[in-house]
Amino acid sequence: MNSGLSPHGFRAPYDSSRRGFLIAMVGAGVMLGYARVSWAAGEFLGKAPLSPNELFEPTIWYGIDTNGVVTVNIIRAEMGQHVGTALARIVADELEADWSKVKIDIVDSDPKWGLMITGGSWSVWQSFPVLSRSGAAGRIALIEEGAKLLGVSPKICVARNNAVHAEGRSILYGDIVARGDLRRRYTNDELEKIPIKTSAERRFIGKAGAGALDVPSKVDGSGRYGIDATADGMIYGRPKIPPTRYDSKVISIDDSAARRMPGYIKSLALDDPSGTTPGWVMVYADTFTTANRAADLVKVKWQSGPSANISEKDLQKRAAELIADPNGGALLVDDPGVDAALASAKRKIERTYTTATAMHFALEPINALAFEKNGFFEIHTGNQWQSAILPILAQALGRAQDKIVMRSYLLGGAFGRRLDGDYAVAAALAAKAVGKPVKMVCTRPDDMRFDCPRSATTQVLRLAWGDGNRVAAMDHHAAAAWPTATIAPYFQPKDAKGNLYDPFAIQGADHWYAVGAQRVRALHNDLADRTFRSGFLRSVGAGWTSWAVESFMDEAAHEAGIDPVKFRLGLLDGVGRNAGSAPNSVGGAHRQAAVLSRCAQKAGWGSTMPKNVGLGIASTFGQERGMPTWVSCTARVRVNRTNGYVRVEKLTLVIDCGTVIHPDSAEAQVEGAALWGLSLALYEGTEFVKGQPKDTNLDSYRVLRMGDVPEIEVEFLPSTEAPVGLGEPAMTPVAPAIANAIFAVTGARVRDLPIRPQAVLEALARGS
Amino acid sequence: MTKFDLNGRTVSAHSPDDTPLLWVIRDELGLTGTKFGCGIGFCGACTVHVEGRATRSCITPIAAVAGAKVITIEGLDPQGKHPLQIAWLELQVPQCGYCQPGQIMQAATLLKDFPNPSDSDIDAVMAGSVCRCMTYVRIRKAIKQAATQMRGGAHE
Repeated sequence: MNSGLSPHGFRAPYDSSRRGFLIAMVGAGVMLGYARVSWAAGEFLGKAPLSPNELFEPTIWYGIDTNGVVTVNIIRAEMGQHVGTALARIVADELEADWSKVKIDIVDSDPKWGLMITGGSWSVWQSFPVLSRSGAAGRIALIEEGAKLLGVSPKICVARNNAVHAEGRSILYGDIVARGDLRRRYTNDELEKIPIKTSAERRFIGKAGAGALDVPSKVDGSGRYGIDATADGMIYGRPKIPPTRYDSKVISIDDSAARRMPGYIKSLALDDPSGTTPGWVMVYADTFTTANRAADLVKVKWQSGPSANISEKDLQKRAAELIADPNGGALLVDDPGVDAALASAKRKIERTYTTATAMHFALEPINALAFEKNGFFEIHTGNQWQSAILPILAQALGRAQDKIVMRSYLLGGAFGRRLDGDYAVAAALAAKAVGKPVKMVCTRPDDMRFDCPRSATTQVLRLAWGDGNRVAAMDHHAAAAWPTATIAPYFQPKDAKGNLYDPFAIQGADHWYAVGAQRVRALHNDLADRTFRSGFLRSVGAGWTSWAVESFMDEAAHEAGIDPVKFRLGLLDGVGRNAGSAPNSVGGAHRQAAVLSRCAQKAGWGSTMPKNVGLGIASTFGQERGMPTWVSCTARVRVNRTNGYVRVEKLTLVIDCGTVIHPDSAEAQVEGAALWGLSLALYEGTEFVKGQPKDTNLDSYRVLRMGDVPEIEVEFLPSTEAPVGLGEPAMTPVAPAIANAIFAVTGARVRDLPIRPQAVLEALARGS
Repeated sequence: MTKFDLNGRTVSAHSPDDTPLLWVIRDELGLTGTKFGCGIGFCGACTVHVEGRATRSCITPIAAVAGAKVITIEGLDPQGKHPLQIAWLELQVPQCGYCQPGQIMQAATLLKDFPNPSDSDIDAVMAGSVCRCMTYVRIRKAIKQAATQMRGGAHE
């Protein structure tokens, strides 16, 4: 196993060990948050209080004004998960706030926020400890000051509903803020000792309550997305995207036809010292429509490199070569004895699973507005990982990073696309080149050609049985593009031998089954990453490693002649590395077994099905071993043996994500993720043809639509364990559950995603 | 110059005749609730009503709506309380929300044509409206809830 890593491979963003917690008066309110890093906790103990400005110039998580309005600062992107509401609930619960007085502020980028990233299904999991203690610290301070103002002992005071109560009297939080002295300092040790509520005492967390705070603006058209941003004097830009992602150079630009269009301004090749947008030409005009049409008329000659010849089959060939070579890659799990067990196996199986290139197709095409104002470069756009793109923007613009700010907007879908802020670089360079505000809007084909897709993947799995029909070894090799190697190479951990790897291109392969000697090897498809800029697509590595693991478990069960549920349960013994650990994976494989058992029972596993209908099951742990969200899915599928058409009739999902913060939003995430899983299982896939994705719009790229939606049943297992992630995990078991159901109906096995009717017919013709 | 009625007001658009209605509404007239998704009329994010019919504004030239009544999400109900909007709120339909104005505008004409829509009516009429967050389960429920309310006469 890899060593020296935190459970998920790198540091959590809030390194609170080096900070003290502060409460201070600022203007007409009180702010609560961490002091800057340089103020190690002990430094300010015993010193006179710092002035408010000094105290709260650094990081702040929430404030309370004299009207009692609690404003929670949200550093995460609001992209459909209602994350602001979940995070505000965590604060409000411990603070004993009145929910009707709680507001959220989705903040712009600023170094004081620390790492700004919204991905990995991490937001609630990462923020819960810090926000709950922050809320509790605020409540304690309000009680102490409220007690003074009431002239009673704090011991007899109770905080509820934005007020401190004692002996039948009460004082509102807003009045305490106005009249009390709320300055407090806590060392990290003190903060760590502040108890948070038991689950029985919670008022918001896990309760139904009011709707999400971002929803009202999404039903009346008032919500502001990046594409809605404007600036005085702004002009528009539409890019001409080169024939290849990295190795195209502009030779000439001929805009003679465009120059006849009223409103056309000019076309410029972007000069990008960061290398993010090589070969891009920006076409400027006074309206988007003119820029759009002019771009079609502008003729650019490019000289392209070798990636112009690369197609999907080349990518898969490279993956197969990498897997065939026993050297190379990184070993996440490397038990001794795997090869010996395979060599001496009484019985063994080997299977290969593949997935096609898949696109994000966030409905809001990539766009950004950029301009320079008062010495700052402002980028107005929806983005998931400001901290990753800001240094690149600095390099591209030749500006100091602290002179660049990313203004936050709602995201019209992200699904990982907006973790890569490459589009912000294009808009910023376009604005810099003309010295005025430029709003770059990509058309859908531009967006697709500039997407950072989920790469094609290839995986080879082997399983060996030893004496007594016991599983003796399992071997898993996975080759894919490594988006982290491009977008944030410093995020890559090392395996025990010091080999760097992309944790998000292998997560999910290191499963919780006891399989004897185990090996998990991650291989970098370097050809893919030279051909295009690979990206993180919702559920990322677990989205395709789970496809292999859970299809393979089904195949292994059938090979062993054991019911697939029983087979899995037999391997989920919860001992050794699969025992789990506090706080995030308490119970380990036993919780995997629990969701699997419940899901099977709920879906009627083992019951007689109508003709051509069958059940398939899969069980996964969401995104990472360090923060497992235990999921199981049963798919009820109808297969047409004549034309190979697969109809998913029902998906049953059982989830254990620890503590649920906002039950309705949690269920919405599971519904959406499960249907994403279905869309990728049956419909979504493209291929690279000569360095470009073949499908660039909905006329050929098929996505899930209303009529494709099956009945969905969702159940959360009650839990008071640490809250983990929810945005992605429910995707991960869906595709294998469907493939396993197709096998249950027909005896035909499909091993490539998406599962197209032709592949089902071919599998039927092959037989099992 | 093209004159038309936008949400009950007469407006004059100066964009060229062949400019898509979507960009006139958004960029010239400043109503940004109507969204750009695919540009070829296949996703439904740009859906508005032209003379009461759901219309893909991204492929409708401005000249084609001269003198017509155009309603966008901002004008569906003066208070933003159309039964569909109320149902959308109650059932917490939106996730990212980007497609939802188009979904609601499409659903509004669905309910005019099918006051008591069956699942297959919903499948058929809503087929052109893509939701990438996959909120389809709740869209269906909300349409049915709004239909029930509207049949009760609570909203014209």
